[in-house]
Amino acid sequence: MVVGPSLEELLNSNDQPGPLRSRPSGRELAIFGAVSLVLVVSLAIAPAKNYFSDWRHLQKAYLKLANDRQGGTLVRNFHGGIRQTWIPSLGVVDRCETCHVNQNGALLGSAGQPFRKHPPIPHDLGQFGCVLCHRGQGAATSVEEAHHTTEAWEQPLLPARYLDSSCGQCHLGALPGAPRLNEGRRLLSAMGCVHCHVVAQPDGNVMKPDDNPPPLVHIAEKTSREWIFAWIKNPQAYAASATMPNFQLSDQDAADISAFLIAQSTPSAAVKNAPPTAPSAQPAATANPTEAATLYGSLFCSSCHAVQNAAGNLVGGNFGPELTRVGSKANPDWLRRWLKDPGQYEPDTRMPHYRFDEKQITMLSGFLLAKKDDDLLSKVHLPAANADSVVRGKKLVTESGCAACHQINGVNPPQNFAPDLSRVGSRALSQIVFVPGMKHNVHDYITAKIHDPRSFGPALKMPKFNVTDEQIVALTTALLAQTDRANGLPHELLLSAERKPDYHPGGDAGKLMEDLRCLSCHSINGHGGDMAPDLTREGSSVQRAWLEEFMKNPNTLRPALIRRMPKFNLGPAEIKTISDYILSAYQAPGFDSQTLDAHAMDTDAAARGKQLFYSKYGCQACHIADYKNDKGYVGPALAGVGNRLTPVWMYKWLKDPNALRPGTLMPNLNLKDDEARDLAAFLMTLKAKQNGGAK
Amino acid sequence: MRLQLALLSSALLLPGCSRSSAPKPPAPTAYGIQIAEVSGGKQVAAVGSALPQPVVMQVNGADGNPVAGALVSFRGEGVDFNPAQALSDASGQATAAVRLGSAPGDYQIVAETPKSGGGSAAVTLRETALGYEQKLGSEVNDKYCNRCHDNESTPERVSNFDNLSPAPHLYTDGATYNRISDADLLNIIARGGPALGKSPQMPAYGSTLKPAEIKALISYIRAMADPPYQTPGVKYGK
Repeated sequence: MVVGPSLEELLNSNDQPGPLRSRPSGRELAIFGAVSLVLVVSLAIAPAKNYFSDWRHLQKAYLKLANDRQGGTLVRNFHGGIRQTWIPSLGVVDRCETCHVNQNGALLGSAGQPFRKHPPIPHDLGQFGCVLCHRGQGAATSVEEAHHTTEAWEQPLLPARYLDSSCGQCHLGALPGAPRLNEGRRLLSAMGCVHCHVVAQPDGNVMKPDDNPPPLVHIAEKTSREWIFAWIKNPQAYAASATMPNFQLSDQDAADISAFLIAQSTPSAAVKNAPPTAPSAQPAATANPTEAATLYGSLFCSSCHAVQNAAGNLVGGNFGPELTRVGSKANPDWLRRWLKDPGQYEPDTRMPHYRFDEKQITMLSGFLLAKKDDDLLSKVHLPAANADSVVRGKKLVTESGCAACHQINGVNPPQNFAPDLSRVGSRALSQIVFVPGMKHNVHDYITAKIHDPRSFGPALKMPKFNVTDEQIVALTTALLAQTDRANGLPHELLLSAERKPDYHPGGDAGKLMEDLRCLSCHSINGHGGDMAPDLTREGSSVQRAWLEEFMKNPNTLRPALIRRMPKFNLGPAEIKTISDYILSAYQAPGFDSQTLDAHAMDTDAAARGKQLFYSKYGCQACHIADYKNDKGYVGPALAGVGNRLTPVWMYKWLKDPNALRPGTLMPNLNLKDDEARDLAAFLMTLKAKQNGGAK
Repeated sequence: MRLQLALLSSALLLPGCSRSSAPKPPAPTAYGIQIAEVSGGKQVAAVGSALPQPVVMQVNGADGNPVAGALVSFRGEGVDFNPAQALSDASGQATAAVRLGSAPGDYQIVAETPKSGGGSAAVTLRETALGYEQKLGSEVNDKYCNRCHDNESTPERVSNFDNLSPAPHLYTDGATYNRISDADLLNIIARGGPALGKSPQMPAYGSTLKPAEIKALISYIRAMADPPYQTPGVKYGK
C-alpha cells in the first residue's frame, strides 16, 4: 500500500506539460522496475507459501519412504493435497491426515511421527475425526498452528497422559480401558470435591459425593477440643490416610473453630437413652491385651479400618476411618456407646450394629484406647473458650465452607460455594489467572490448582488435599472431560453412567438388615457395597441349614481372602428372620426343581463328574474339592459344597455363571447339559465333615 | 530497509536459537569408569505417563567403589527426564523421574557417564508404555489371569501360581510366548489349554471374554514379553 501513493506522487510531481514523453527517464524506469518486482513478489507470496508448506514437504518425505519400502502401488494410489475429515454433525473439520498420512498403517514396518500408524482404538479412525480426542486445531495446515496454542487458538494438543479424558466426553460412566478417567471420577466423589464444586455431565447427571464426612452435631461427646484443634491444623498428622484437606489455619483460627464446634454440639440419642449409671464406672481395660488383639482380628475390623504397623505401612481397609491413634481422639464413654450401637450416635453411619456383650466391649475399647500417640496432643494448650472465640469460630466455619461437607448445628450448607466445574475443560485462558512462570493451558492450570491451591493467592479458600501426583493426573483427566464440545454433542452419542437404584429391603428383616448394615459390604439389586458377594440371587443358591449356620458362625469360603464376614452375635430369632427373607425374596428367575432330573444324579453320574472335574476341566486349578490333594486358591473352596449349594443352582451356575452373577471370575466353560449335571452330581457328594461348615 | 530486514530476521531467529539450547549440565567433580542400574528398569506405565518408580543409576570407579560427583546423562527418544542430567550423590547414585512418550511400545533409556580417560560408559534400560489396547488387556489380566499367571501376591490378591502343576507361564516369559503365534494364543485363551495340548487347568475363556478383549489381552502379553516380542515380517529402519 505504501507503494501506490508514492508512485502517484512521483508521476504528479513530473513538471513536464503536454502528452507523455516517448522515452521515460532512467530514474523512472528504475522505479517502475522496482515497483513491478515488488508486485510480482507480493503476488508470489501465497503460491510460494503453499509450495513450501509443511504438509507438502511431509507428503514428499512420505512418498520417498513409501517408494523405498514397497515401491509403486502405494505411491501410485496416493492422493496428495489437503486431505480432511468433515463431520458436520460434530462440527469436525480435521486436516490432520494431510500430514499424518499413514494412520491406517498402509506403509510396511514402523515409522516415526508424523507417519506413525494409529494404535488400535475401539472406534473406526475417521468416525469422530481427530481433535475430538486429541484436541488441537483440526482445520490448521501448519505444524505450529495444529499442535500448539496460538493467538487465535487456545487449545493445544492434549498430552498423552490425559488422553482418557476425551473418552469421557461421551462415556459418562466407568469405561474399560480408560483407568485414569475412571479413577479421576471416583476421586471427585471419594475425595469429596463435589461437595463444594458442581460437576454436571452433559446428560444432566450431577456427580454425587461418596466420602461420608461425619456429622459434627454431637462432636463434644466423641472427642476433645484439643483433638479437634490438632486435627484441623493438620489432619494427616493424626491419620496418614485422612481425606480431610489441610486448610492451613492459624493457631488462633483453629482455636476459635474448635471452641465453636464444641459449643454447638448437642447430646446424641445415645446419651439421652443411656441408663442412669455411668458406663465409665466399669473398669476400662482389664482384659488381657493379647486376647483383645485376637478379638479385634477375629472380628475382621481390619476389613474396613486400617492401622499403621511398626514399619509405617497402613494395614487394613479404607472403608472406615484409620485407627492408628484413635486412643488420642475417642472419649472412652463415647467409644463404649459407639461399639454398643453406632446408629444411636450417627444414624447414617456405615458401621454395622454388632451385638457385642459387655466383656467384648470392654476388651475392644481397651484395645483401641491403647492406640495412642501422646505427641499429638502434648503441645496443644488452648486458652479457655469464651463467647468471642465461639462467635469468631462460627464465622470462620461459615466462611470456610465446613458445612458443605459436615452437618453442623446452626450453619446451613452453603450453595454454589466453589466454581462450577461442569465445563472446566474448555475454560477460556483469558478467564484464568496464571501464576507467573506457568504454561498457559488448561491442563497445567488444573494440575497446579489441585497440587497447591494457595499458590494462586493466599486468600483463596480451596484447601490443600492430600493427593499423590498420579491422583492429580487422574483428577485432571476427569475434569478435562468436562468440555463445551461434550455439551454440544448429539444426545444419542452420550452413554450415561449406570445409576444405582435406591433399594431397601422391606419388613422386619429389612429393618434388621439395615441395622446390620448388610449393604455396606454386600450388594442387592445393584445397590450396596462391593466388598462381599452379591446377594441378589442368594435365595436360589444356598441351602437353609447352611445359611443359618453361616450367620451364626461365619467361616471362610475363600481361604485366601483377607476381608471376611464378621460375627455379629445374632440371636436365633434374628437368624430365622433374615434366612426366611433371603430364601424367599432373593430368588433367581426361572429356577424350579424340574430343571434337573434328580434320578439322573446317581453315583455313576458323580463318578463321571469327578473325572470331568479333575481331568477334562482341571477345576482343581482354582477350587479345592478335597483339602488333602487340591490347592486351588482362586475360587471358593468346594469341600462341603454339597451342604451349601442347591443342585439346581450348581447346574445353572456351571452352564452360565455370568448370567447368575454378572462380572463373576468363573469362566463360562460351555459345558454340555449332561456334563453340567454330572459335575453337579459330583459336587453334591462333597459333604462337610461336621456342622455343615467348610473347614 | 536492509537494517529493518536484518532486525526482523534476527528477531525471528533469536527465539528459535534460545529454544534449541539445552539447560547447561552441572560440572562433574569426579569421573567413574562404569555405570550400572540400581533400580527402575523394566517398568510399565500408560502412554505419556510417569513411571511408578524413578530410575536410579550408580557410577563406579576403577576400584569398584561408588563415585560421587560424576555426571550422569539420561536420554531416550520421546522420553522426558527430570533431571536429564545429574551428579551422582555421596553413594554414587543418580536418580531421575521418567515420563514415557505418547506412542505405545518399548522405550530404550540410556544412562551415560563420561569416563576419566575420555569416552563414556553407558547402560540401556527398557521401559514399556501401554496404549489403549494394552491397557484394556491389562484390565482383563488383572481380573482373570494374574491370579495364576503372576507369582507375586498383594493384600487383595493371593497368587495361585505356586499351587499349580504344571506351573503357568508368567507373562514376562518372552522366551515361551514369543514362540507362540497370535492365532495359537487366541486358541489357548478361547478354548483352553487342551486346544494346544497344554494343561486343562488353563480354562477356556471363549464364552466369557469378547473377541476384542482377547485381542487386547494378546496385545498386553506381547507388550510384557521379556525379551521383547518382534512382530513377524521384514524389519525396516525408522
